[in-house]
Amino acid sequence: MSYLEYNVKTVPTGIRKVLHVSWPIVVLLTAIASVGFLMLYSVASGRLETWAEPQMKRFAAGMVGMFAVAFVPIWFWRNLSALAYFVSFLLLIAVELFGAVGMGAQRWIELGPLRLQPSELMKISLVMLLAAYYDWLDVKKVSRPLWVLIPAILVLAPTFLVLKQPDLGTAILLVAGGGIVMFAAGVSWWYFGTVIALVVALVFAVFESRGTEWQLIKDYQFKRIDTFLDPGSDPLDAGYNIMQAQIALGSGGWAGKGYMQGTQSRLNFLPEKHTDFIFTTLAEEFGFVGAFSLLMLYALTVMFALVSGLSNKDRFASLLTIGIGSTFFLFFAVNMAMVMGLIPVVGVPLPLVSYGGTAMMILLLAFGLVQSAHIHRPR
Amino acid sequence: MRRSAKDALESTRRISRRTLVIGGLQAATVATLALRMRFMQVEQADDFRLLAEENSIKIRLIPPARGLILDRNGGVVAGNGQNYRVVITREDAGDVEDVLHRLSRLIPLTEDDIARTLKEVMRRSPTLPITVADQLTWEDFSRVAVNAPALPGVTTEVGLSRYYPQGGDFAHVLGYVGPVSDYDLSRIEDPDPLLQIPKFQLGKLGVEAKLEEDLRGKAGTRRIEVTSTGRVMRELDRNEGDAGATLQLTLDRYLQNYVQARLGNESAAAVVMDVRNGDILSIVSSPSFDPNLFVRGISSADYRLLTENDHRPLADKTVQGAYPPGSTFKIVTALAALEAGVIDPEETVYCKGFTELGNHRFHCWKRGGHGHVNLPHSLEQSCDVYYYEVAQRVGIDRIAEMARRLGIGVRHDLPMSAISEGLAPDRAWKQAKYGKDWLVGDTLNSGIGQGYVLASPLQLAVMTARVASGTNVEPRLLRARDGVPEPTPEPQTLGLSEAALRSVRKGLFDVINSQRGTAYGSRIADDALRMAGKTGTSQVRNITKAERERGVISNDDLPWNRRDHALFVCYAPYDNPEIAVSVVVEHGGGGSAAAAPIARDIMLQALFKDLPPLSAYPSNQRDRIEAQRKTLDLIPREDKPGAKSRA
Repeated sequence: MSYLEYNVKTVPTGIRKVLHVSWPIVVLLTAIASVGFLMLYSVASGRLETWAEPQMKRFAAGMVGMFAVAFVPIWFWRNLSALAYFVSFLLLIAVELFGAVGMGAQRWIELGPLRLQPSELMKISLVMLLAAYYDWLDVKKVSRPLWVLIPAILVLAPTFLVLKQPDLGTAILLVAGGGIVMFAAGVSWWYFGTVIALVVALVFAVFESRGTEWQLIKDYQFKRIDTFLDPGSDPLDAGYNIMQAQIALGSGGWAGKGYMQGTQSRLNFLPEKHTDFIFTTLAEEFGFVGAFSLLMLYALTVMFALVSGLSNKDRFASLLTIGIGSTFFLFFAVNMAMVMGLIPVVGVPLPLVSYGGTAMMILLLAFGLVQSAHIHRPR
Repeated sequence: MRRSAKDALESTRRISRRTLVIGGLQAATVATLALRMRFMQVEQADDFRLLAEENSIKIRLIPPARGLILDRNGGVVAGNGQNYRVVITREDAGDVEDVLHRLSRLIPLTEDDIARTLKEVMRRSPTLPITVADQLTWEDFSRVAVNAPALPGVTTEVGLSRYYPQGGDFAHVLGYVGPVSDYDLSRIEDPDPLLQIPKFQLGKLGVEAKLEEDLRGKAGTRRIEVTSTGRVMRELDRNEGDAGATLQLTLDRYLQNYVQARLGNESAAAVVMDVRNGDILSIVSSPSFDPNLFVRGISSADYRLLTENDHRPLADKTVQGAYPPGSTFKIVTALAALEAGVIDPEETVYCKGFTELGNHRFHCWKRGGHGHVNLPHSLEQSCDVYYYEVAQRVGIDRIAEMARRLGIGVRHDLPMSAISEGLAPDRAWKQAKYGKDWLVGDTLNSGIGQGYVLASPLQLAVMTARVASGTNVEPRLLRARDGVPEPTPEPQTLGLSEAALRSVRKGLFDVINSQRGTAYGSRIADDALRMAGKTGTSQVRNITKAERERGVISNDDLPWNRRDHALFVCYAPYDNPEIAVSVVVEHGGGGSAAAAPIARDIMLQALFKDLPPLSAYPSNQRDRIEAQRKTLDLIPREDKPGAKSRA
């Protein structure tokens, strides 16, 4: 069903839209963000102004933005999809040409007072454009090679730019996010199976190439892989961060050491304690109870998004909601798996909790899209 | 775009199916994450908690206070003084070099000191305080404290450092402490972690070194929380540890002070021993040095002064020094002969000034000879010829055996450094050492304490005490540990015949109290305190036949280091012996002139436990004694022990 077939009269209008907002998602997002404020206050050793206060202000602004996006009909956003992707892509190129260098990678550009990370924008724009694409595409053509090639290019082009920054974490999120939308849209299993097989083969080839003259990746990259596989092998350098993060997490135990009592973070043993590794502080101070609760908040948020997407008969709205919910899922899953030592450290923040402006704003705006799709769903 | 209802339905279904797959995968992922969390935080929690503690909690050692060393009256002779020091922390200092230069205007710091500190500061963690200067005076210390705001990163600290209130008086017996060196660490099997503390004070010599284990104490610990860069956040708990044991010595600090002063600048040694229980009341080597210099780290100029001095202030002559005992050894020869029954005390030997052995002449010190001498007379006048005869009769092996019974040639176990065993030579020894047979001439020389015989002043004191008491009294230095008296074995009888001892003691009494005695000038006038003793003069050069014919050159005409050693041993009171004294004055000349007067003064001091009344001296000597006393610089006597401690 397309928006042209909406029974527009059944869609809530004006102030009545407020009643149709998915309030559970709003509550969950606020709860997650509040956990973030609490932890940012803690890792700043009880100083509000360091991280917690700016984060709160951004969250407030983001919430306003979310509602603004939510109240605009979803078909309006659908029509903006291509433009959003195009602008994001241009910004990614701009960042490549004259972006600021932070943490050894070119990631953001200054737009007046705004410090923009186009890669964050691209995560959402890509999902939007792919959802719009499959909304437009004839269902029968979905798995035809040409019609698979187009979205594949749409995914890989920005991924390539992001990898050049280099930002492996975002690249993985882009590929995975795009892939999920394509999968949800019904692209044949064969394509995914083939891609996964190719990736496995490539990984195998990379490891096999080690030490030979046709070595596929550089020595230092191998060293990083080694460090991931056995952090103890390099406890003073790269492995140090992983070791300390795991020590923080594990030492939290069942109920944690108590709020602001985490020795690992308070005594600076933790790396990036206010950004990528903030989850370890939570796990240290609130233990398994706290860490599991946050995981559940995230899982519930994703669940509400997926249920909303499932129940939405509009193809664009449905795919968009599923795509954004899954992107959100990828964020926290990759971050948690990373700090728990399940996957290598790739530099993905914990959504809404890690300190960071662009990521939070864009996530909230994305949930604005989810809300818009929810409010304006066909009835 | 319009689509058929069928297409739309198919599309919605497909999305639903696929989304359920996605949701399922995501649920599985969440479950994996939750399980991993549970595994790490519940099952492995203890392991990680341990790691976290090791990370953030460090244990720092607190150096214990070193045990005090007291004299027999409870006065502190080795205490702990405040050590004022200045430390710098790189993290807070900023430009360390600049701060150090500013500091050098307030306290004495050379360019070398600054360079050394700078190197140390850069080598260590920026949060670790590094000592810039220690053992500062209160004035320097307070000047730095007042100017602290202008000296970022500089802080003043007060610690404990060894202090010897009586300076040189106890330098040889106590030794001194100094900072642990790499050499010290390499010698110790399982070093106490305390020794790793920079500048930790370790006993280097003497009692400080020998009783280090007792004095050091047990390290305290404080558990502190540190950041990843090592900055101390807070102290979690503190355990002060145990201070080292307080050791009480048998020494009397006033007597020690007196003896040191009385020996003055002579290169000499004196040992004062309680005849009854072996307590060493005083053991002094002279000249001395200030051990406090070594605690601070002695300057090379000061050290050179000590090593280049021909009177060897660093050597402990009381136990390290082994001298030919000279005529004092005649006590041994006499007792050996009496015990062996080869001579009767009243039997006389004719002294014509020399004895001939083959074509070699052994001379008596008195050119004209002593005529007929019996045993008491031989001691009284120290007749050499008598002992040449007696020694031949008794033989060297029995002399050596008697020497060892009396404490010469055996090691006395005192907590002091480099204790000499001395030497009581016998046939077996010469055969083992030189591969040569013992000659009769060797016996003659040994009989009068020349030749191979060697004894330390300590051994001479032990010999005297044993003769005086007739027991095997052993010297001891440690009186009590933490107030618990050291067990001392009751002295057992030596098993010498009373008659033999009586005649030897009679001879020793006459040495001092008979007008013909060699030490008559050093007698005690008080009848109740009469002294018995023996002079000794040991040659450090050979007198050639030609020289003897020309007339032996007087000691006064020889360069100092070729003069004879002067020795004197004595005990008193004669009737009820309490104190034994031995004095050796290196290159002092004759025993009667150089050593005996000193020994008598020390003896009286020990008997009276204070300056004796002048009436104890012969009337014609009192003026001289009084004048001599005024030149002595003695510490004031206090009733309160330890009040002199700077702490």
